[in-house]
Amino acid sequence: MLDAGFLIRWLTTAAALVEREADRLTELDSPIGDADHGANLRRGFTAVTAALAKEAPATPRAVLQLAGRQLISTVGGASGPLYGTLLRGTGKALGDAAEVSEAEFAAALRAGVEAVMRLGGAAPGDKTMVDALLPAVDALDAGFGAARDAAERGAEATVPLQARKGRASYLGERSVGHQDPGATSAALLIAALADSQEQGEDSTS
Amino acid sequence: MSERKLVGIVLVSHSATVAESVADLARGLVGDGTDVPVAAAGGTEDGRFGTSAALITRAAAEVDQGAGVAVLADLGSAVLTVKALLEDDELPHDIRLLDAPFVEGAIAAAVTAATGADLTAVEAAAGEAYAYRKV
Repeated sequence: MLDAGFLIRWLTTAAALVEREADRLTELDSPIGDADHGANLRRGFTAVTAALAKEAPATPRAVLQLAGRQLISTVGGASGPLYGTLLRGTGKALGDAAEVSEAEFAAALRAGVEAVMRLGGAAPGDKTMVDALLPAVDALDAGFGAARDAAERGAEATVPLQARKGRASYLGERSVGHQDPGATSAALLIAALADSQEQGEDSTS
Repeated sequence: MSERKLVGIVLVSHSATVAESVADLARGLVGDGTDVPVAAAGGTEDGRFGTSAALITRAAAEVDQGAGVAVLADLGSAVLTVKALLEDDELPHDIRLLDAPFVEGAIAAAVTAATGADLTAVEAAAGEAYAYRKV
C-alpha cells in the first residue's frame, strides 16, 4: 500500500533527480526551447521539497495537492501548470484515503495524465511530456519498474518527431532530431516512482 | 460618476513590459474618461520572462468590482497557468479566460467594458477581434 510517506519520498526523489539532471534538461531545451527547462523545474521542485518538509500532509491526495500548487506557483514556464495539473489531477482521483493500492495509484495517475492532455491539448506524437507519460501509465500494471522503462523509451522516441505544441512547434521541421525536454523530465518523474519504491523495499528488508 | 460596476480586465503576458504597455494602450483607447479596471500580470515575480500565478491572482483581485473579470493571455505558460488556476477555483468566482488575440482583444474588451457591458458581451467583443483581417 502507498501512503503519504511514500508520495513524499517519490517527490523528494524526483527533486533530487531534477537537481542532478537540470543541466541536461536545459541543454535539451536549448536548440528547440527557451533553455530554461532545467532551471525552471529545479526552482519548482526545490519549492515542493521545502513545502513538504514544512507541512508533511497526512494523505496521498494532500501531498499531491500541495506539491502541484507549488509547481504552478513557482516554475514560471509551461511545465509548472502542466506538472502541477498532473499531480493535482492524480490527487483528486485518489480521494481522501490514507493509503491506496498500487492499482488505485495507477488509475489515478492515468487520470492525472488525462488532465494534462486536456490542459495542454497535446496528443501522443506531438513531442511533449505526454509521449513519456502515456506509455508509463500503460505499463503501470506491470509495476513501477516497467513504467520507468516505458517512459524512458517514450522520451527517446521523441527524437525523430516534429513538435506540434509549445515554442518548439514554431521551428517546424527543425525540431526534428532533438529529444523533447518535457518528455525527458517526465521520464525522470516516473523513474523517481520506481526508485522510491525500491528504496522503500530496501529500508524494510 | 455613476456607481455602476464594470467588468475587470487582466492581461497576462510573458513580459511585464508587454502586459503593462497593452494595459496602457487599452486604457488610453477607451478615451471617454471612464476608468476601466485593467491590470497587468506580466513576467515572473522576480522580473524574468514567464508567468506568475501570484501576479495573476493579485491582478484579478485588484480589478474585481463584482461584475466579473475577463482574462487575456498571450502564449504557452500564460494560457496554461490561467487555466490551471481556474481549475482550482483560486480566482474570483465570475472570471473567464477569453479566446481572443492579445492586443486587439484587450482593446475590444476594455472599450466594451467601459460601456458597462456584462462579461459575456466583453467576451464576445474580444473574440470578434479574431475576425478582423489585415490584408
